[in-house]
Amino acid sequence: MNDWFAARRQRMLRLKVRREGERPFTPRLSAAAPVFEQCPRCKAAVTRAHWEKNRLVCPECGFHRPVGAYRRLSMVLDPGTFQELDPDLAAGDPLGFPGYGEKLAGLRRRTGLREAAVAAKGRIGGLPVVVAVLDSRFLMGSMGVAVGEKIARAAETAEKARLPLVIFCASGGARMQEGILSLMQMGKTAAAVTRFREKGGLYIAYLTHPTTGGVTASFAMLGDITLAEPEALIGFAGPRVIEQTIGEKLPAGFQRAEYLQEHGFVDAVVPRDEMRDTLAKLLRLHQKGGVRRDAE
Amino acid sequence: MTQNDVIPAARRVALAREPGRPGVSGAVQALITDFFEQRGDRLCADDPAVLAGVGLFHGRPVTVLGTRKGTDLEQNLACHFGMPTPEGYRKALRAMEQAEKFSRPILTFVDTPGAYPGLEAEARGQGAAIAACLARMSTLTVPLIAVILGEGGSGGALALAMGNRVLMAENAVYSVLSPEGFASILWKDSARAQEACELMKLTAADLLELQVIDRILPEPPGGAHTDPAAFWRTVDTALRDELRRAEKLADPARHRQRRFRAMGNDWLSAGKETI
Repeated sequence: MNDWFAARRQRMLRLKVRREGERPFTPRLSAAAPVFEQCPRCKAAVTRAHWEKNRLVCPECGFHRPVGAYRRLSMVLDPGTFQELDPDLAAGDPLGFPGYGEKLAGLRRRTGLREAAVAAKGRIGGLPVVVAVLDSRFLMGSMGVAVGEKIARAAETAEKARLPLVIFCASGGARMQEGILSLMQMGKTAAAVTRFREKGGLYIAYLTHPTTGGVTASFAMLGDITLAEPEALIGFAGPRVIEQTIGEKLPAGFQRAEYLQEHGFVDAVVPRDEMRDTLAKLLRLHQKGGVRRDAE
Repeated sequence: MTQNDVIPAARRVALAREPGRPGVSGAVQALITDFFEQRGDRLCADDPAVLAGVGLFHGRPVTVLGTRKGTDLEQNLACHFGMPTPEGYRKALRAMEQAEKFSRPILTFVDTPGAYPGLEAEARGQGAAIAACLARMSTLTVPLIAVILGEGGSGGALALAMGNRVLMAENAVYSVLSPEGFASILWKDSARAQEACELMKLTAADLLELQVIDRILPEPPGGAHTDPAAFWRTVDTALRDELRRAEKLADPARHRQRRFRAMGNDWLSAGKETI
């Protein structure tokens, strides 16, 4: 019986990954699609199968291509353990921003996502965990009311079930189209993960390209452990804004994952092929890693 | 209120940025006695863009925090025109810790275009510093009343404004980003800032309706800078009233967590029927 559920969960996740396509707005693999795809950085021609096998990391230069939320979950969770939380959660249009509704509808069709964040319960290396993932293909992973609520609920689910929490961040910051209410999600999410941590829960923040603005200035920088993907852009202000302010060019490597590690804001830069093992090890090291029994 | 109701949002943005607009230094002069300013983040520097200190508000010790723009060009530059650096936020964090230790309520006064976007600011963790303030404010066991006096710009403003109660001057503005930045991001055209002002819901009346703020502080006709004394009298009365109420809260931390937990939730839906 359990196997049946596990198989069903695995099918569900595989389906969602397939809907995601391989890169922004390529709906699905088709027979007509080219077999080779160029690496956006080193221009090496790599077969789709190879990209797939290599977790969308270029085998030639190590470039980490962006990963959709469901694909990310399929990479880290043990097969057959994916259970999505609040899959239908969405928010309205508080400013009545022209064209926002159509934009959301279009993105939902193209990405198969309901919003810019996906949360799920599952297992990593056999240990149960709550994982939330932001997806940069959905309005740059920007945090509106629905994304803030998903993160807060993920922390609360982890708190109630006494599970560790892992959040993969990827965001341009607050969602402009939802105005001030987006800004308020910084307070909501910061408070939610803080409450979880104060009760003894383990929160691992995994920063992926790009993590900026209001997400950096709230839950992304509040992990007990902070990991980052190689070369991910991580910062509060965007590079363009800083260049305009100080009137000079920024040094190479500025605001990249390695730079943050050097400046003391990241525990480790972890390449994608070590992501799963690193998380499994951290979960093991913290035993269960959830909220303490006496912290009710 | 009278004709103030029909002031366009763009006009309010201009009023909020008026150079003579009352700020945190004025608040300390008008409302606080025996003020002692605390400087430095105890890590590397003192950022004058954040004012922190202890003083008496109607005889009661309080911690005062605020963002400062400075009154002449030299000060303006030292304060980055009211844009704090991570050192400023870490000073604020230190003041919050002490307020809790000595059971003092916290009054914050916000007037900032946003956190300073500079190279050193990023190197020293601007995002992490703001996040630390938000996290700490969510657990503070003492009441915190925030007052948006002029510009409430982005995360740099929220970093001092997670209050049990949030008050806002009638002509102040509070938004996710400056109207110029908003127009530049969404329309790639910062010249459309005027249009952005009307769309963004950044005025006190809009924010009261969205339940982001709790109370509007009326200003003299023409704006607070035309008669600061009268404005501070209004603020004084409101703060006494708010503080009296906040001190009756059984659990100020939980109250604050609930207040922010609910932000925007009226707009949530779980079904398929949304936009």
